[in-house]
Amino acid sequence: MMSPRTARSRRSGRSLAAAAALVVGAAVALSGCASTGTGSADSSTPSAFKQAAQDDSAPITVWADSTRLPDVQKYQKEHPDVKMNIVTYDGSADGSTYLQTKVQLFDRTGSGWPDVVFASPTDVTWASVPTNPSAQAFAAPVDQLVPSSTLQGFATGSLSPCEVDGHTYCLRNDIAQVVTWYNKKLMDQWGYKVPTTWQQYQALGEKVAAQHPGYVIGAVGDTNSQESYFWSSQCPAQQLVAKNTLKVDLSAPDCTRMASLLDPLIADKSVSTQGFFTQGFDGSKVLMAVGPSWYGQYLFNSAFKTPAGQIAAAAPLKWDGESSTSTGNVGGGIWMISSHSKNLKAASAVVTWLTTSTDNLQDAPTYPAYVAGAKAWLANPANKDYFADDVSSVFLAAADEVWTGWSNTKFSDATPWSNAVLPALTAGKSLTSTLPAWQTAIANQAKSVGYTVVTQ
Amino acid sequence: MTTLQAQPLAVSASGSARRPARRRAGLAGYLFVAGYTVLLIAFGVFPTGYSVYLAVTNPRGQFTGLGQFTKVFADFRFGPAFEDIAVYLVMWLFLVVVLTVLVAVILRSRVSNKVSSVLRFLFYIPGALAGVASVLVWLFMLDPAVSPAAGLLRAMGLDNFDQVLAPGNLPVILVLIAFWTGAGGWIVVMYGALNNIPDEILEAARIDGAGPWKVAWYIQIPMISKWIVYMAILAFAAGTQLFVEPQLLQTASLNRVSPTWSPNELAYVFAFQNGDFNGAAAISIVLLAIGLLCAGLLVTRSGLFKLDDD
Repeated sequence: MMSPRTARSRRSGRSLAAAAALVVGAAVALSGCASTGTGSADSSTPSAFKQAAQDDSAPITVWADSTRLPDVQKYQKEHPDVKMNIVTYDGSADGSTYLQTKVQLFDRTGSGWPDVVFASPTDVTWASVPTNPSAQAFAAPVDQLVPSSTLQGFATGSLSPCEVDGHTYCLRNDIAQVVTWYNKKLMDQWGYKVPTTWQQYQALGEKVAAQHPGYVIGAVGDTNSQESYFWSSQCPAQQLVAKNTLKVDLSAPDCTRMASLLDPLIADKSVSTQGFFTQGFDGSKVLMAVGPSWYGQYLFNSAFKTPAGQIAAAAPLKWDGESSTSTGNVGGGIWMISSHSKNLKAASAVVTWLTTSTDNLQDAPTYPAYVAGAKAWLANPANKDYFADDVSSVFLAAADEVWTGWSNTKFSDATPWSNAVLPALTAGKSLTSTLPAWQTAIANQAKSVGYTVVTQ
Repeated sequence: MTTLQAQPLAVSASGSARRPARRRAGLAGYLFVAGYTVLLIAFGVFPTGYSVYLAVTNPRGQFTGLGQFTKVFADFRFGPAFEDIAVYLVMWLFLVVVLTVLVAVILRSRVSNKVSSVLRFLFYIPGALAGVASVLVWLFMLDPAVSPAAGLLRAMGLDNFDQVLAPGNLPVILVLIAFWTGAGGWIVVMYGALNNIPDEILEAARIDGAGPWKVAWYIQIPMISKWIVYMAILAFAAGTQLFVEPQLLQTASLNRVSPTWSPNELAYVFAFQNGDFNGAAAISIVLLAIGLLCAGLLVTRSGLFKLDDD
């Protein structure tokens, strides 16, 4: 048992000298150093899109998350002549970098890319530029593959995360516009009025804390809660003001107003510092939730198992004295086509079908970004049966109110929020007092991927 | 110790007379080590050399000197990651060295043989779990919502999983996991080492009036000091390379744990998120240098590989 280990240590002892010599050698040779950049940060324009040799009968590999898997399988069933290889993966949810990791490796080995992927909007930022000097950007410009009339059919602004340098690199699967969810049954029972402004929301929270302690009107502990609250508040947490220049200003009034609105509610526990998606969160104590359109089916119905006929959605909250409403967006997937695909025709066809076919979208799991699809989705009773009220008008209006100042960046906004803010809130600090730490975390993250950070 | 024990065995097996063992360069010996050497070169030496090359060049293959190193030193995550691992290592090495030796000594001299063997078996069981599985076990143990020790966690003021995973608690949690999986094996090894001490020596000490603690402190521990150094080197090497445990905690905590908690995770982020394989190589070279330096110091200071009959 001992000898192999002893042998290993002996060897490492010898290579100590060799390694030390190498390190010293590198230290001596300091002159004439070239740039240490990675290439992707340096290159300002994506390299031209060179198609691989095309073969219309080549099989295509599709990567989808488990939520969209049935849609892809449905396509396969309706198109048995297309040779498809369907792979399930995490879909880049919650800041996962699985897809990015794999593509980095495929770019180095020169093979293995999937033809079609479901991903998050953040992925477009790295997929639209080469990952190293000899690579080609992973995402193919879809504006060169699908007719422009198709692109025009998407909801206003919903393709903006896909747009880089005048090209469109993805088709939007769904929008996750933030709306005001509430438990109608409880609200009616307790005689509460659904708030329409943030100020009313705060007042209601204080009332709930006093009259029904234990019930919550929101939660800030999820990895994406900042998108529900601070995005809706038009906080310039990550706003691209020029190419590669990111404005990060959490001391702006639009940020501090949200922090100081939430702090008393966090203190009296009517807003939870745990996440709705935390294991064991008691869904029966949720009176209200500020969150995306998919909360209805995925949070209340699937996770909380709230009985049908209780949950309803109201328009996004606005601020007293402001005439227009802005809201946030939490996720919403995209589909990208690989620029390395040997069968761009089949790949484009499947992506077009997945994102625009009303036949598919009327049963889509989440609110479709394609307008005609969204209307078909809303017309399908199965998507609304669960709710206490008709959510159609709320969803349709909110889809056009998503604030465009929260930019799609090369880093996930989940990381700074989850690492800098959430542990501090758990430790009992106020949201207002953690804004500087959050600011630093975003700025550091932004600089590390090549952005110039400004506060003005 | 190993050498002393191994030599007579080898001699009796070959059946030759008592003459000094001379190395004869037979073909069989080379063949036996060839397979391992080839694999070591392919998967150990070559990748190390390649990462040294990567660490001093940029993606275009141009020489950058120490540029990659200064770049990663300046990264905002570099300092915190190495601080994290340093705190972890101090706690982990102290625990593993002091506790395993203490337990082994007690099992060897203060506990009946039957109980001792049962306990050694029990201590060893968690080590049979792979690293990933043991993290999963601890994820349950540490979540007050499902933990069998929920009462204990609540008594410590930890009412939910988020509070358990507060940044300040992470080194303790990771040391707990590492100790739980790793210590049992080392206790068995230390016990074996203690068994190598001839009974005559212990008896002589007792006749001279040494109590059990004096025997442990002046006889047993000094006589297994090489084993302890050996354990410290391997525990240090494993500790600096911490990756799976914090990575899984990060996923399980829905991002609350930093994705760059340990240096190895930072290297991973450099390579696979920033696409910066050169920066990642620089970090791993730093880790290699630290590991070799500490191993070198321990080996030379303790005379670990000095043959007793030299």
